[in-house]
Amino acid sequence: MLFISTALFFIGVYGFLTRKNMITMLMAIELILNSVNINFVAFNKYLYADKLDGLFFTIFIITIAAAEAAVAIAIIIHLYRSLKSIDVDDADLMKF
Amino acid sequence: MIIGGGILAVTSRKIFRAAIYLLFSLLGIASLYFYLNYEFIAAVQIVVYVGGIVVLIIFSVFLTHASGDEMQKPVLWRALFSGLAAVFATALTLLYITEHTFIPTANAAVAPSVKNIGLQMLSTTQYGYILPFEVVSMLLLAALVGCIVIAIKIKTKE
Repeated sequence: MLFISTALFFIGVYGFLTRKNMITMLMAIELILNSVNINFVAFNKYLYADKLDGLFFTIFIITIAAAEAAVAIAIIIHLYRSLKSIDVDDADLMKF
Repeated sequence: MIIGGGILAVTSRKIFRAAIYLLFSLLGIASLYFYLNYEFIAAVQIVVYVGGIVVLIIFSVFLTHASGDEMQKPVLWRALFSGLAAVFATALTLLYITEHTFIPTANAAVAPSVKNIGLQMLSTTQYGYILPFEVVSMLLLAALVGCIVIAIKIKTKE
Protein backbone atom coordinates (compact mmCIF):
# COMPACT_ATOMS: atom_id res chain seq x y z
CA MET A 1 0.00 0.00 0.00
CA LEU A 2 2.78 2.40 0.91
CA PHE A 3 4.62 1.40 -2.26
CA ILE A 4 1.65 2.41 -4.36
CA SER A 5 1.26 5.74 -2.63
CA THR A 6 4.98 6.51 -2.81
CA ALA A 7 5.12 5.74 -6.50
CA LEU A 8 1.98 7.78 -7.15
CA PHE A 9 3.32 10.74 -5.18
CA PHE A 10 6.51 10.91 -7.18
CA ILE A 11 4.65 10.38 -10.46
CA GLY A 12 2.69 13.47 -9.48
CA VAL A 13 5.87 15.37 -8.65
CA TYR A 14 7.36 14.38 -12.01
CA GLY A 15 4.25 15.54 -13.83
CA PHE A 16 4.22 18.79 -11.92
CA LEU A 17 7.84 19.48 -12.81
CA THR A 18 7.68 18.59 -16.49
CA ARG A 19 4.32 19.90 -17.62
CA LYS A 20 3.85 23.42 -18.82
CA ASN A 21 0.10 23.25 -19.24
CA MET A 22 -1.82 24.46 -16.20
CA ILE A 23 -4.58 21.87 -16.42
CA THR A 24 -2.13 18.99 -16.49
CA MET A 25 -0.27 20.51 -13.56
CA LEU A 26 -3.59 20.53 -11.72
CA MET A 27 -4.00 16.84 -12.58
CA ALA A 28 -0.56 16.14 -11.14
CA ILE A 29 -1.57 17.88 -7.93
CA GLU A 30 -4.65 15.66 -7.76
CA LEU A 31 -2.40 12.60 -8.04
CA ILE A 32 -0.24 13.86 -5.16
CA LEU A 33 -3.27 14.49 -2.94
CA ASN A 34 -4.63 11.04 -3.74
CA SER A 35 -1.38 9.39 -2.74
CA VAL A 36 -1.60 11.20 0.60
CA ASN A 37 -5.15 9.88 0.99
CA ILE A 38 -4.00 6.33 0.33
CA ASN A 39 -1.37 6.77 3.03
CA PHE A 40 -3.88 8.01 5.60
CA VAL A 41 -6.32 5.21 4.88
CA ALA A 42 -3.63 2.53 4.92
CA PHE A 43 -2.19 3.71 8.23
CA ASN A 44 -5.65 3.89 9.71
CA LYS A 45 -6.46 0.39 8.54
CA TYR A 46 -3.30 -1.44 9.47
CA LEU A 47 -1.83 0.46 12.44
CA TYR A 48 -4.65 2.33 14.19
CA ALA A 49 -7.76 0.34 13.51
CA ASP A 50 -9.26 1.46 16.83
CA LYS A 51 -9.60 5.06 15.66
CA LEU A 52 -11.24 6.76 12.73
CA ASP A 53 -8.95 9.79 12.48
CA GLY A 54 -7.35 8.76 9.19
CA LEU A 55 -10.76 8.60 7.61
CA PHE A 56 -11.58 12.12 8.74
CA PHE A 57 -8.33 13.45 7.37
CA THR A 58 -9.07 11.73 4.08
CA ILE A 59 -12.55 13.20 3.91
CA PHE A 60 -11.28 16.70 4.65
CA ILE A 61 -8.47 16.38 2.11
CA ILE A 62 -10.96 15.31 -0.55
CA THR A 63 -13.15 18.30 0.28
CA ILE A 64 -10.30 20.77 0.17
CA ALA A 65 -8.99 19.23 -3.06
CA ALA A 66 -12.39 19.74 -4.64
CA ALA A 67 -12.50 23.40 -3.56
CA GLU A 68 -8.94 23.93 -4.72
CA ALA A 69 -9.60 22.37 -8.12
CA ALA A 70 -12.67 24.52 -8.62
CA VAL A 71 -10.82 27.74 -7.75
CA ALA A 72 -7.83 26.74 -9.90
CA ILE A 73 -10.03 26.03 -12.91
CA ALA A 74 -11.77 29.37 -12.46
CA ILE A 75 -8.38 31.09 -12.45
CA ILE A 76 -7.24 29.08 -15.49
CA ILE A 77 -10.34 30.00 -17.48
CA HIS A 78 -9.93 33.64 -16.57
CA LEU A 79 -6.27 33.56 -17.61
CA TYR A 80 -7.20 31.86 -20.86
CA ARG A 81 -9.67 34.62 -21.57
CA SER A 82 -7.12 37.34 -21.08
CA LEU A 83 -4.02 35.62 -22.46
CA LYS A 84 -5.43 33.07 -24.96
CA SER A 85 -3.04 30.51 -23.54
CA ILE A 86 -2.76 28.31 -20.47
CA ASP A 87 0.99 27.71 -20.47
CA VAL A 88 2.67 28.80 -17.29
CA ASP A 89 5.44 30.48 -19.29
CA ASP A 90 2.98 32.89 -20.84
CA ALA A 91 1.50 33.98 -17.53
CA ASP A 92 4.24 36.42 -16.59
CA LEU A 93 2.13 39.51 -16.10
CA MET A 94 3.16 39.82 -12.47
CA LYS A 95 6.84 39.45 -13.26
CA PHE A 96 8.76 42.54 -12.41
CA MET B 1 -4.00 0.18 -12.78
CA ILE B 2 -3.30 3.04 -10.38
CA ILE B 3 0.39 3.34 -11.22
CA GLY B 4 -0.11 2.82 -14.95
CA GLY B 5 -2.92 5.35 -15.09
CA GLY B 6 -0.84 7.84 -13.16
CA ILE B 7 2.21 7.45 -15.39
CA LEU B 8 0.12 7.77 -18.55
CA ALA B 9 -1.70 10.78 -17.09
CA VAL B 10 1.52 12.70 -16.62
CA THR B 11 3.22 11.61 -19.85
CA SER B 12 0.41 11.53 -22.39
CA ARG B 13 0.77 14.20 -25.05
CA LYS B 14 -2.92 14.67 -25.67
CA ILE B 15 -4.52 16.46 -22.77
CA PHE B 16 -7.92 14.81 -23.14
CA ARG B 17 -6.34 11.37 -22.97
CA ALA B 18 -4.38 12.47 -19.91
CA ALA B 19 -7.67 13.36 -18.23
CA ILE B 20 -9.12 9.94 -19.05
CA TYR B 21 -6.01 8.19 -17.68
CA LEU B 22 -6.37 10.26 -14.52
CA LEU B 23 -9.95 9.01 -14.31
CA PHE B 24 -8.78 5.40 -14.44
CA SER B 25 -6.15 6.04 -11.79
CA LEU B 26 -8.74 7.58 -9.47
CA LEU B 27 -11.10 4.65 -10.05
CA GLY B 28 -8.27 2.30 -9.14
CA ILE B 29 -7.78 4.20 -5.90
CA ALA B 30 -11.49 3.90 -5.16
CA SER B 31 -11.29 0.13 -5.71
CA LEU B 32 -8.33 0.10 -3.32
CA TYR B 33 -10.57 1.65 -0.66
CA PHE B 34 -13.19 -0.98 -1.37
CA TYR B 35 -10.51 -3.62 -0.93
CA LEU B 36 -9.69 -2.15 2.48
CA ASN B 37 -13.41 -2.32 3.44
CA TYR B 38 -13.74 1.46 3.65
CA GLU B 39 -16.88 1.70 1.58
CA PHE B 40 -17.77 5.22 2.62
CA ILE B 41 -14.40 6.65 1.61
CA ALA B 42 -14.61 4.76 -1.68
CA ALA B 43 -18.04 6.21 -2.36
CA VAL B 44 -16.82 9.72 -1.52
CA GLN B 45 -13.81 9.20 -3.79
CA ILE B 46 -15.98 8.13 -6.71
CA VAL B 47 -18.54 10.88 -6.23
CA VAL B 48 -16.15 13.77 -5.63
CA TYR B 49 -13.17 12.90 -7.79
CA VAL B 50 -14.56 10.84 -10.62
CA GLY B 51 -17.90 12.56 -10.73
CA GLY B 52 -16.78 16.06 -9.87
CA ILE B 53 -13.17 16.95 -10.43
CA VAL B 54 -12.50 14.92 -13.57
CA VAL B 55 -15.67 16.20 -15.20
CA LEU B 56 -14.60 19.74 -14.26
CA ILE B 57 -11.15 19.15 -15.76
CA ILE B 58 -12.64 17.74 -18.96
CA PHE B 59 -14.93 20.74 -19.25
CA SER B 60 -12.05 23.13 -18.83
CA VAL B 61 -10.09 21.17 -21.44
CA PHE B 62 -12.96 21.64 -23.85
CA LEU B 63 -13.15 25.32 -23.02
CA THR B 64 -9.48 26.01 -23.55
CA HIS B 65 -8.29 23.60 -26.24
CA ALA B 66 -9.13 22.69 -29.75
CA SER B 67 -9.78 18.97 -29.44
CA GLY B 68 -7.06 16.62 -30.56
CA ASP B 69 -4.11 18.97 -30.76
CA GLU B 70 -0.95 17.77 -29.10
CA MET B 71 0.96 19.54 -26.43
CA GLN B 72 4.57 20.32 -27.02
CA LYS B 73 7.12 17.93 -25.67
CA PRO B 74 8.69 18.80 -22.35
CA VAL B 75 12.18 20.16 -22.51
CA LEU B 76 14.58 17.26 -22.56
CA TRP B 77 16.88 18.22 -19.71
CA ARG B 78 13.95 19.19 -17.55
CA ALA B 79 12.19 15.88 -18.15
CA LEU B 80 15.44 14.03 -17.58
CA PHE B 81 16.26 15.70 -14.28
CA SER B 82 12.67 15.52 -13.00
CA GLY B 83 12.54 11.84 -13.86
CA LEU B 84 15.84 11.18 -12.15
CA ALA B 85 14.77 13.11 -9.08
CA ALA B 86 11.45 11.24 -8.93
CA VAL B 87 13.09 7.83 -9.34
CA PHE B 88 15.76 8.46 -6.73
CA ALA B 89 13.32 9.95 -4.26
CA THR B 90 11.02 6.95 -4.74
CA ALA B 91 13.91 4.57 -4.15
CA LEU B 92 15.00 6.43 -1.01
CA THR B 93 11.48 6.52 0.41
CA LEU B 94 10.91 2.84 -0.32
CA LEU B 95 14.22 2.05 1.36
CA TYR B 96 13.13 3.86 4.51
CA ILE B 97 9.71 2.20 4.42
CA THR B 98 11.20 -1.28 4.17
CA GLU B 99 13.70 -0.60 6.95
CA HIS B 100 11.12 0.80 9.34
CA THR B 101 9.15 -1.59 11.53
CA PHE B 102 5.57 -0.59 12.06
CA ILE B 103 3.85 -1.45 15.32
CA PRO B 104 0.09 -1.86 15.02
CA THR B 105 -2.11 -0.96 17.92
CA ALA B 106 -3.41 -3.67 20.19
CA ASN B 107 -6.81 -2.13 20.80
CA ALA B 108 -9.98 -3.51 19.33
CA ALA B 109 -10.89 -2.25 15.91
CA VAL B 110 -13.74 0.15 15.33
CA ALA B 111 -16.02 -0.62 12.43
CA PRO B 112 -15.64 2.16 9.82
CA SER B 113 -19.36 2.33 9.23
CA VAL B 114 -21.19 5.44 8.16
CA LYS B 115 -22.87 5.58 11.57
CA ASN B 116 -19.58 5.71 13.47
CA ILE B 117 -18.10 8.23 11.05
CA GLY B 118 -21.11 10.50 11.32
CA LEU B 119 -21.31 10.25 15.10
CA GLN B 120 -17.68 11.16 15.57
CA MET B 121 -17.65 13.83 12.91
CA LEU B 122 -20.52 15.77 14.44
CA SER B 123 -19.76 15.19 18.12
CA THR B 124 -18.63 18.07 20.28
CA THR B 125 -16.79 15.93 22.81
CA GLN B 126 -13.07 15.49 23.06
CA TYR B 127 -12.42 13.58 19.84
CA GLY B 128 -15.17 15.17 17.83
CA TYR B 129 -14.57 16.80 14.49
CA ILE B 130 -17.29 19.42 14.56
CA LEU B 131 -14.90 22.39 14.37
CA PRO B 132 -12.99 21.22 11.25
CA PHE B 133 -16.35 20.32 9.74
CA GLU B 134 -17.63 23.86 10.14
CA VAL B 135 -14.35 25.38 8.99
CA VAL B 136 -14.46 23.24 5.86
CA SER B 137 -18.00 24.31 5.18
CA MET B 138 -16.90 27.95 5.41
CA LEU B 139 -14.00 27.14 3.06
CA LEU B 140 -16.38 25.63 0.53
CA LEU B 141 -18.59 28.69 0.69
CA ALA B 142 -15.58 30.95 0.19
CA ALA B 143 -14.41 28.83 -2.76
CA LEU B 144 -17.86 29.03 -4.31
CA VAL B 145 -18.03 32.79 -4.04
CA GLY B 146 -14.40 33.13 -5.16
CA CYS B 147 -14.97 31.03 -8.28
CA ILE B 148 -17.93 33.16 -9.28
CA VAL B 149 -15.99 36.37 -8.69
CA ILE B 150 -12.95 35.18 -10.62
CA ALA B 151 -14.67 33.60 -13.59
CA ILE B 152 -17.45 36.14 -14.10
CA LYS B 153 -17.36 37.87 -17.42
CA ILE B 154 -17.04 41.60 -17.00
CA LYS B 155 -19.07 43.41 -19.57
CA THR B 156 -17.16 46.11 -21.31
CA LYS B 157 -18.85 48.94 -23.10
CA GLU B 158 -18.45 48.75 -26.84
